[in-house]
Order: sequence, then C-alpha cells, then structure tokens
Amino acid sequence: MLDLSDAFDAALRLIAGLDPQLVEIILLSLQVTLSAVAIAALIGFTLGGMLAVYRFPGRGFLAALLNALMGLPPVVAGLAVYLLLSNAGPLGVLQLLYTPQAMIIAQVILVTPIVAALARQTCEDLLEEYREQLRSLGASPSAIVMTLLWDGRYRLVTAILAGFGRGIAEVGAVMIVGGNIDHVTRTMTTAIALETSKGNISLALALGMILLAIALTINVALMGIRRIASHFAYA
Amino acid sequence: MLDKPTSLATSANGARSVHGILPLELRGLSFESRAGRLIDQIDLVIEDPGISVIMGPNGAGKSLLLRLMHGLIAPSAGQIRWAGVPIKGEMRQRQAMVFQKPVLLRRTAAANIAYALGLRGVARSERRSRAHQALQLAGLESRASTPARVLSGGEQQRLCLARALSLDPDVLFLDEPTASLDPASTLAIERLLVDARSRGIKVIAVTHDVGQARRLAQEIVFLHHGKLIEHQPASRFFREPKSDVARAFVEGGLVV
Repeated sequence: MLDLSDAFDAALRLIAGLDPQLVEIILLSLQVTLSAVAIAALIGFTLGGMLAVYRFPGRGFLAALLNALMGLPPVVAGLAVYLLLSNAGPLGVLQLLYTPQAMIIAQVILVTPIVAALARQTCEDLLEEYREQLRSLGASPSAIVMTLLWDGRYRLVTAILAGFGRGIAEVGAVMIVGGNIDHVTRTMTTAIALETSKGNISLALALGMILLAIALTINVALMGIRRIASHFAYA
Repeated sequence: MLDKPTSLATSANGARSVHGILPLELRGLSFESRAGRLIDQIDLVIEDPGISVIMGPNGAGKSLLLRLMHGLIAPSAGQIRWAGVPIKGEMRQRQAMVFQKPVLLRRTAAANIAYALGLRGVARSERRSRAHQALQLAGLESRASTPARVLSGGEQQRLCLARALSLDPDVLFLDEPTASLDPASTLAIERLLVDARSRGIKVIAVTHDVGQARRLAQEIVFLHHGKLIEHQPASRFFREPKSDVARAFVEGGLVV
C-alpha cells in the first residue's frame, strides 16, 4: 500500500525538480519566519540590553517573565493571537486572521523571548567585565547598551539563529492563526501535518528533508560563528 | 621607539596647569561595606604634581581609595575635593583610569581607542589620527588592526594605558598596572608614566611593588587596614619610614 522507498524517491524528485508547490511553501515559510525573527531581534535586543543595564522597578519580574516565555507552547501563542485577531477580538478590525501577517505576529511572540533572554544574558556577562571601565570613560546608559550589543555581536547572531530555529520548526501557532490555506498560509510544518494525514507522504517527506537541512545548516553556521569568535577572542 | 619625544601633547595641554586640578583633598573619608569599614577616616591632601604612589599590603584599601578618588564609587562618609570643588560625575571626563586587569572591548586595538575618544566627544574625523598617535606612543602602531583581546598581556595593558592617555586627561589613575607583567612590559609602562608626568598629567598609581614605587614615586601614600599610615615625599619615605608597618613593608618583610 504505502511503500516508503517509493515515497522517498518521489520526495527527492520533488526537491530535485523544484516542484512549484514545494517551492511556494518553502518560500512562504521562510518569509514568515525571517520577518518574525527580524522584528523579534529589534525588540529582543533593545529589551535584553535595557534589562541588563537599566535598574527599574519590575526589572526582575520582566526578566523572569522572558525566561518563562521561552518555553511558551506554540499552540498557546497561537491561541492568544487568534483571540486577539478574531472578529470579536480587540484587533479584529484589522482582518488579519488567516493571513501571513497573523503568522508573523504569532512567531514574533514565540521568538522574541528567546532573543531577548539571550541578549540580556550576553549583555550582563559583558557588563560585569566592562562596568568600571565604561563608567570611568563616562559612557551613558544608552551608550553602554549599544556598546554591549555590539561587543556581544557574535553571541547575538547565535541568538538570532536559535530564534529562527524555533520559528521555522513550530506548527501550532501558524496552524491556528494561519489556517493552513493553500497558496496563502501553508507553511512547511502545517503542510507536513496535512499531507501526512492525507497520506501524501512524498510531499511531507520532501518538506521534512528541507526542514532537516535547514536545521543542519543552522548548526553548522553556529559552529562556524563560535570558531570565528574564539579566533578573535571575542567569545 | 618609546624614547622619542611625545607628539600626543598638543598645544592645548602644553599650557596644562596642575593648579587647575590640585590639590586633591580627602576629608574624613570612609567607605563601608558588609565586610566592614574598608576605608577608615582618611584625611589626605595631595598637592605634589609628581607621581603619587599608593602603597600598602593586600587588603589595605589601595584600590578602593583610587576608585573613590576617581568617583567610581561613593564614600560612606567624608568628602573629596579637587581644587576645592566637591567631586562630581563630570570630573571623570577630565580623568582616566587603567585597571589591574586590562579591560578591552571586542574590537581592534585602534577601535578601542577611537571608542573612548568618541565617548569623550572627539569628532569622528579626529579619532583615527589621535588613536594612531596614541598607539605610536605606546609602541603598538603595528598592532592597530589586531583584535585587542588577542594581544599579549603586556600589549593589552599598554593599550589600556595608550587609550587612557589618548583622552588627554588631567589626572591618570592606575591600579597595579604592571602586577602580572614581564619586566619589558613593566619598563615600557613605567616610561609612559614618567613621560605623562613630564607633560603635566597628575599620575596617581597603586602598587605593592616596592621597586616600582622607588623608581616612579615623588611621594608615597601608605595605607594599612584602610587607614592612612604615612604620606611623605618618596625619598624620605624610603630612607626613614616613620611607622613600623611601613618599615617592614619597605624592607620586604611580610606585613599582614
């Protein structure tokens, strides 16, 4: 009935032949997750840097919240964004539900805590080393934040890659707020879930292989970045 | 390369006057932490434009006193005045400090200096040439584009000193600047300090190296257990220290 090696062959043919449906799904996934990561990096670096440098009431709570949100289940994030964007929700008028934008919003919520928590940790470690010297040189708090973010640039790239890994691999949030609509909001993960349940194993397998390849690429990139950083003693 | 006349001193500080900075007055200065009273009621007036060396055994409060003078930490009690003016944050803009362990940014040697100049409001166009001058002065010009943190320990500390000097400070603080350096690096740093002093920079350095204090100091501030024990011209201090602890320290005895 279901021959695995046939499915495998078909999957490889889909990839090798740049099957239009496959390519469309991959490109949408990348577009959604890259947009989400870009926004999350902007928010997360600012937040992480400020949490490391500024002292304000609620700082400890915010840091703890970020750490907790790192483990937020994607379906919960999806549910929250769904409620926000549904017709009855506070942002219902924007009519964003079941659009790529909705998926981006959901992934921003998933990725930002990771990026922010790693940025905060990076900046705090550096600040411990730099604090007195920067104070002696007369750096203002905002200048200190910029300095720490720049000097932590290698570790922050790894934070971005970690965030990208979480975004590209999650299925729960994009499924709920995107709806897995063909040609509109079908991503790699939602397509795998759907095609597998339909018995179209070859497309699911092809997408699975692409996801694996992406994960592998990210890890190779991480190793490369760590090596470069330690070469310059920037780690 | 360290012997050539310094080009860092521009016309602006050719006319530097220590009278604008000194005296440094400490009145009833104390600093307490959970560990107890680490600086204990210090009264001290520094007027000598030469190199002042703060000496004393480990834990005497030398580094702490230096940080208080620089305004990095606030005293628990007492006052610090520079030329009669109570210490303020802006005063650090006219001062610089070199720490025991070199603190260098994860950038090139030249960028480390340019960064400090930027914080002090030096125009971007001017930073590169001033960084270059400072590197040259410290004999590090060949290292300009080397990542600072792959330099050797001695080079790193020289870079820290070059960065401090590039800011053209009125006062330069040094906390055990040569504590773990080889003799050649120590010599290079001491030459830079003597040179800085001759350009009118007030140098205040902490060391527990008696030999270094003999080579550099015009006056000695001797601390023990957070208290000021002696404040004397260096020649007199080394010839006839007044206190037993100072005598034991100078003679190389172990003081605890």
